[in-house]
Amino acid sequence: MTAFVIRRLLQSAVVVFVMSLIVFFGVNVVGDPVDMLINPEADQEDIERAIRALGLDRPIGEQYFYFVKGALSGDFGRSFIFGEPALKLVLQRMPATFELAFTALVMAIVFGIPLGLYAGLRPNALSSKTIMAGSILGFSLPTFWVGLMLIMVFAVMLGWLPATGRGEVATILGISSSLFTLDGLSHILLPAFNLALLKISLVIRLTRAGTREAIYQDYIKFARAKGLSENRIIFVHLLKNILIPVVTVLGLEFGNLVAFSVVTETIFAWPGMGKLLIDSIQQLDRPVIVAYLIVIVLLFVLINLIVDVLYSVLDPRVRIGESQT
Amino acid sequence: MTDQVPTLEVVDLATHFFTKAGIVKAVDGVSFSVGAGEVVGLVGESGSGKTVTGFSIVGLVDPPGKVVSGSIRLKGEDLVHANAERLREIRGNQVAMIFQDPMMTLNPVLRIDTQMIEAVRAHRELNRAAAREIARNALGQVGIPSPNERLKAYPHQLSGGMRQRVAIAIAFVNKPDLIIADEPTTALDVTIQAQIIHEAQTLCRQTGTALIWITHDLAVVAGLADRICVMYAGRIVEAGPSDDVLDRPMHPYTAGLIGSVPTHNKRGERLRQIPGMTPSLLNLPPGCAFRSRCANAQSNCQQTPDETTPFDGRRLRCHHPMTAIERQP
Repeated sequence: MTAFVIRRLLQSAVVVFVMSLIVFFGVNVVGDPVDMLINPEADQEDIERAIRALGLDRPIGEQYFYFVKGALSGDFGRSFIFGEPALKLVLQRMPATFELAFTALVMAIVFGIPLGLYAGLRPNALSSKTIMAGSILGFSLPTFWVGLMLIMVFAVMLGWLPATGRGEVATILGISSSLFTLDGLSHILLPAFNLALLKISLVIRLTRAGTREAIYQDYIKFARAKGLSENRIIFVHLLKNILIPVVTVLGLEFGNLVAFSVVTETIFAWPGMGKLLIDSIQQLDRPVIVAYLIVIVLLFVLINLIVDVLYSVLDPRVRIGESQT
Repeated sequence: MTDQVPTLEVVDLATHFFTKAGIVKAVDGVSFSVGAGEVVGLVGESGSGKTVTGFSIVGLVDPPGKVVSGSIRLKGEDLVHANAERLREIRGNQVAMIFQDPMMTLNPVLRIDTQMIEAVRAHRELNRAAAREIARNALGQVGIPSPNERLKAYPHQLSGGMRQRVAIAIAFVNKPDLIIADEPTTALDVTIQAQIIHEAQTLCRQTGTALIWITHDLAVVAGLADRICVMYAGRIVEAGPSDDVLDRPMHPYTAGLIGSVPTHNKRGERLRQIPGMTPSLLNLPPGCAFRSRCANAQSNCQQTPDETTPFDGRRLRCHHPMTAIERQP
């Protein structure tokens, strides 16, 4: 188990290194941040001073060397725009994105698994076919359009829920989140659903497919032959088997939810990391972009690790450390 | 057996599958009975309806299949019209099943103890510790060494033979009146097969459990079953005491099956087989289903043969049974 974790962490270090290389040089090619920062009427001397101040006068290789040196001690440089440490900016926005992604994940589980299970157990019922048709819509409708429609219907026409912002934040047990206040909850509902819709559809289809497959397995028939109640067969024998792929996919999708909440955050003006990234890319704020991407990569590595461990809890055949092959 | 109610009595059972392509008469007029402690072998090729017969008894035929007529009585109780909850109570408690493939029967993600304890607790009001004790004893009875450790194992940690023993232990754990074993040794190698058969037989003798052993393997039933029912295309074509049927087969199909066992051959001789294939059960025409493969077939085989009783204890569905001379190889 320990060896497994260490091996994983070493692999991720390589990934982070390569990624930083690509992003660092990539952003450099895209454009000159000085053009964005400086007043267009500034004279050449001002421009030169700005470039020196940001360290952009050095060769790119040297810039990268200083970046790595700083990064190893946790310093990703200062934002060109805000003048604050880039990592601090990203981490400040992190809780907002996390609570959004977490809420979306909970929605995906709470709606996806029961609906998928129902559709799998009653494949010919009209309600099941409606669920499956709905999941296709959930898959194919573009997120930004759904977001706009949600705002139009629930915020503008019905006026039930607020359209933008994060709402009131409360702190419980050292965690500050808008999930703890009613106002915050009302704010998070629309963006979280927007973000979750694709995942709900995914979970519905996964659960349904798993159910259809498992229901014909001998072990289900044997469980029936043992005289177990239908509830026990479905919620213990069936569900535990179909949860294996669902947990794997959902775990990986959580990383996606965090990384690609960019669209939803932009539409709903959610003050998270995604919105910060979009703003930073528009202003070519390289330190923030790099810091954000490194945080995301580390997050993916961590999630993969958690999924692997969870997976082994669910499926005894892949117990980590026990298998020698 | 004649003066008391048999453990299981099946009369004229018909189970049909209503598919889009037409009606498949998987089981079409099957009658047999099993007494307490008796072992009945249900023999036939793949697709002859023997497995569907087994599932019909416990009400586990999957849609689009349905028991359309006939009666199934367990100690006199009607099972065809029993409601779902009553059938659930009977399954695993009064009638248990053992399946063909031990690799697939046990749930891969649940420990052996979970799967055994739930089988006990589905039918008896016991706490987990008491149910566990019963499970442990059941494992010991089927010859599993160190049952305490095996209880904590997952199915994938056990061999095929071990898993089938576990399945047998689960079948016996509630001391059922009847066990339906659906080709339980087919997936196992020969030495394990012999052990499993021996254990099942011993347990049945000890507990007075009736046993229906579904198989395509004549060699297995020869040593195990008291009586044999040979099935072909959804019907029992011949039935009787095992030794009698195997020594003096009257239906050409039974004779063909016996002749196909390779041990009857001399070295270098061509292996014998029954010509042709089992007919599709979809829209099966009336008449004897075996006639297209039968050497004795004549024009009156177009009519479905009625069941006759040529000797005491023997049953037959054939217009032209084998004579003693024909039986000589």
